[in-house]
Amino acid sequence: MAHEELSASGEHIVSPKLYVVVFLFLLLMTGLTVFAASVDLGWANPVVALVIATLKATTVVLFFMHIKYSTSMTKMVIIGALFFLFLLLGLTLTDYLSRPWMAYPSH
Amino acid sequence: MQDSQAVVASELQHHFRDMEQQRETATFGMWVFLITEIMFFGGMFAAYLIYRLSYYQSWVDGSNRMDITLGATNTAVLICSSLTMAMAVHSAQLGRRKLIVVFLILTLLLGGVFLCIKGVEYHDHWLNHEVPGPTFSNLDQHGVSKGWVDTPHTSLYFALYFAMTGMHALHMIIGVGLLTWLIIAASKGKFTSRYFAPVENVGLYWHFVDIVWIYLFPLLYLISKKHSG
Repeated sequence: MAHEELSASGEHIVSPKLYVVVFLFLLLMTGLTVFAASVDLGWANPVVALVIATLKATTVVLFFMHIKYSTSMTKMVIIGALFFLFLLLGLTLTDYLSRPWMAYPSH
Repeated sequence: MQDSQAVVASELQHHFRDMEQQRETATFGMWVFLITEIMFFGGMFAAYLIYRLSYYQSWVDGSNRMDITLGATNTAVLICSSLTMAMAVHSAQLGRRKLIVVFLILTLLLGGVFLCIKGVEYHDHWLNHEVPGPTFSNLDQHGVSKGWVDTPHTSLYFALYFAMTGMHALHMIIGVGLLTWLIIAASKGKFTSRYFAPVENVGLYWHFVDIVWIYLFPLLYLISKKHSG
């Protein structure tokens, strides 16, 4: 199966070989994140876990969900989603993390 | 490609230029729906984040009650199901009708295995008084103390645990329903190499649910494992 093959409706066809490589990578990363959790890395434990999770999620989106081969409009939709997710989590955190800095009563 | 388009006039809706545009529109629409799903789960992740920062020790106490072996097994099961789902879409692209059905059934079975393992975990939490409500307690099923520092806020951890994994499980159950529908349609030969948008879009949904679990697993089970002190 050639990498550049197109389906009858003009879609890029990913080779099963690549799917299996992606699958093995995802399993390896799962093993790695379980191992990393058994080591005391202090503040870096959540960071390592989230970096690995993001690597896995990106791999799934690019290959299993075909975003690597999709139109730029679909890519924009995903970038838009990440932007709004960042607004939700990021701006909420700026509020909660900065509360103790101020003289107002906080918990 | 141009001359074969007249042949498939029945598959092509009249408001689309060609099959490619029709397929891209369907995929685009599915992604817009998935964005709303990302924001829906994002709200719960935001709640998790804020309360973890506020009641850190309760989050450590709660996550230490998680069974990492079952959680990791379930992660592997979902990754396997994503592979079989990707292979179902691949079979559809090539127009291999029997293989579509085989891979969809495999995906369905793996989804079922995930839900069963999740059920075992839920049952375990129930036995150990870890379901928020009147039976919630810092004593396990043998009456031994779990050593929780702040039981009310550990209850908050479990409330979010059940909300997040419960919503995820609900999405899995909906996915199982969608797969059943696809299996029936595929075995009737409804999908060809020119028309398989439902297989592709249910595939996108299934992978999305996998991604949610990829984040839930480390956040709920792993990141506080070594921070019990």
